[in-house]
Amino acid sequence: MKKTGAEILWECVVREGVEVVFGYPGGANMPIYDAMLMYPVHHVLVRHEQGAAHMADGYARASGKVGVAMATSGPGATNLVTGIATAMMDSSPVVFITGQVAAHLIGGDAFQETDVTGITLPITKHNYLVTRADEIAEVVTEAFYIARSGRPGPVLIDICKNAQVEQAEFAYPDDVKLPGYQPRARAPQADLEQAVRLIEKAKRPVILAGHGVLVSGAEETLTHFAVKTQTPVASTLLGLGAFPASHELSLGMMGMHGEVHTNLAIQNADLILALGMRFDDRVTGNLKTYAPKAKKIHVEIDPSEVHKNVHVDVPLVGDLKNVLSDLIPMVDEYDHEEWKNQINEWKSEADTRSIMNWPNDGKLYVPHLIHDLWEATGGGAIITTDVGQHQMWTAQYYAQEKPNRWITSGGAGTMGFGLPSAIGAWFANKDQEIWAVAGDGGFQMTQAELTTAVQEGANVKVAIMNNNFLGMVRQWQEFFFEKRYSAVNMLTPDFVKVAEAHGVPARRVTRPEDVNEAIQWARKTPGPVVLEFRVEREDAVYPMVPAGASLDQMLQRPARAEK
Amino acid sequence: MNYTFIALVENKPGVLNRVASLFRRRNFNIESLAVGRTENPEVSRMTVVVDCPNGDMDAHKIEANLYKLVNVIDVHDVTHQPSVTRDLALIKVRVGPEKRGEVNNLAAIFRARIVDVAADSVIVEATGTEEKIEGMVELLRPLGIVEMVRTGQIAMTRGANSGIRRMPGMDDYNYEDDYAVAEMAP
Repeated sequence: MKKTGAEILWECVVREGVEVVFGYPGGANMPIYDAMLMYPVHHVLVRHEQGAAHMADGYARASGKVGVAMATSGPGATNLVTGIATAMMDSSPVVFITGQVAAHLIGGDAFQETDVTGITLPITKHNYLVTRADEIAEVVTEAFYIARSGRPGPVLIDICKNAQVEQAEFAYPDDVKLPGYQPRARAPQADLEQAVRLIEKAKRPVILAGHGVLVSGAEETLTHFAVKTQTPVASTLLGLGAFPASHELSLGMMGMHGEVHTNLAIQNADLILALGMRFDDRVTGNLKTYAPKAKKIHVEIDPSEVHKNVHVDVPLVGDLKNVLSDLIPMVDEYDHEEWKNQINEWKSEADTRSIMNWPNDGKLYVPHLIHDLWEATGGGAIITTDVGQHQMWTAQYYAQEKPNRWITSGGAGTMGFGLPSAIGAWFANKDQEIWAVAGDGGFQMTQAELTTAVQEGANVKVAIMNNNFLGMVRQWQEFFFEKRYSAVNMLTPDFVKVAEAHGVPARRVTRPEDVNEAIQWARKTPGPVVLEFRVEREDAVYPMVPAGASLDQMLQRPARAEK
Repeated sequence: MNYTFIALVENKPGVLNRVASLFRRRNFNIESLAVGRTENPEVSRMTVVVDCPNGDMDAHKIEANLYKLVNVIDVHDVTHQPSVTRDLALIKVRVGPEKRGEVNNLAAIFRARIVDVAADSVIVEATGTEEKIEGMVELLRPLGIVEMVRTGQIAMTRGANSGIRRMPGMDDYNYEDDYAVAEMAP
């Protein structure tokens, strides 16, 4: 049957199970928007295309399905770029569909023409320029397959306007033909045996659980493996939730703002099992001194991550869940009592400095606030964040028990991610409580999406940690630039009025004793709500491994001076 | 040192750009790159010569990153394999009739050919390994080279040999190599 290119697009998108798309119409994608009216797809009109990208990303991370974001050519498409890079760095499956000027105009600097496939080449897993209607079915099917399989990532389809309007015979492709794209499912037996030999010899093993555990759906397999071998589990920022924080083997987060005992465990380990993580510089600190005594096993589906930053002894390339499942029957049970006791000793020492032991001094501290939020929500909310101090504190103090409830921009570190990704997550899971934790800087970058939340009735709660500073940059200036504060002192608007102008109920909290009541009020109020917390201005995130320092050279929270 | 890779890629628009862009983004320096069709019209073949200051470690990175490109079908490293490598050069030398004989003699030694003769210049066509062409160029230089063009190296392994595939998980991949690679780590 003949259909227009735009209709073929929607036929394929609907067959992929897509129910909601985030986007913004314009000259070069109007036929797509016109055809959309005939299909059972809900469109969320954003206020800026970056918002659409982050919403689709948040949707993808909360649901495990492919998110879809759309924009027109030129500025519409370039506004997606930050969101595409964010999805790329965090391996998030998002399909971006952009309109392009008609094929015969390409290269002629037509109105709103931009070389979008060129611009997005290094920040997509793959991209397509479609010039004819009869290419669309195959390209869309491939794009969704590539986005969600192997190591997931963003795929962009740039569709020329003529291809949207022209007619072509529609036949839904039965399968994809990608001779060069074959993600490996299982690691070879010889490699597994080599890994088992290292596990047998280990006296001080540590598992590093990354985002790959969640992507592969291997949370239970990981728990099974860790318990059988009694191996403590440290998490990357994006791996939080892959292993229950309350589990006795859980070490919490590693790296620059990781726990002291966690980083010490890594530095003193004799075996590291890196699972679906990529040894980011925020995780390793100085590579020359990283985990010097450890043999390393790296389970990873993307072979280009093997040996990239850290040279490993045994790489196991394959799907994490398969590899771990294959390993479990091959390994013996261990107890590793001595090693666990040593780690616990480090932990008790570090705990004495915890800010959680501080008495109420009338000031609002973000760690306390996040802990209160965790208690009030029973630890069960989906949490999204922006980037900076509040992000690290939320990672530290909102203990994640279950997978896919922690949505944060890790690799790219994109400010403005919190609110839009929360809206996207709500579309994935409308019954789930959702909180976006943001700083005053990041919130202002995408605050226009508050109106989107209102228009869609998105039940997201926003907690702004307002210290009138770009807090993380301020902290670095305090530590490493002799407290010469440069461009970090930030005037903020009256966030309560801003929210109310958008039609969002809001409250300002300035005293610790009002925190709980405000959180409960927000939870009871239907629809979007904004809470602004006026927090201690110059608090710092501890522990901290200075950039380039060895992982065990942590700055710890100074002991509290008694008043 | 220079490594030589053979990459089979889908014959589609933009693939060359993807490969070149990858080398730029991952900060590798291409010494030469030759692309052409193969016996299969859907497949193009690239011979890429890349400077790998960290030896096999870099070669591993290059191969693994090439495989990340959806359109790349197969990559192997023929640097240390018995193989035939060829570079083709056209060299225009400024010589009048009086010195043509000298060029002719040089060309004969290198099994090159004179493919064009003009009043004040000749074009020499030479094929061979890079070293051979370099050698010939050095001898022609005193005569006055006006312009030169080279195709870049192409390579094919001899007999049933194929190059090395360093990708973990590949059929002929040997995990022992990883110990060797880990030992070399800085």
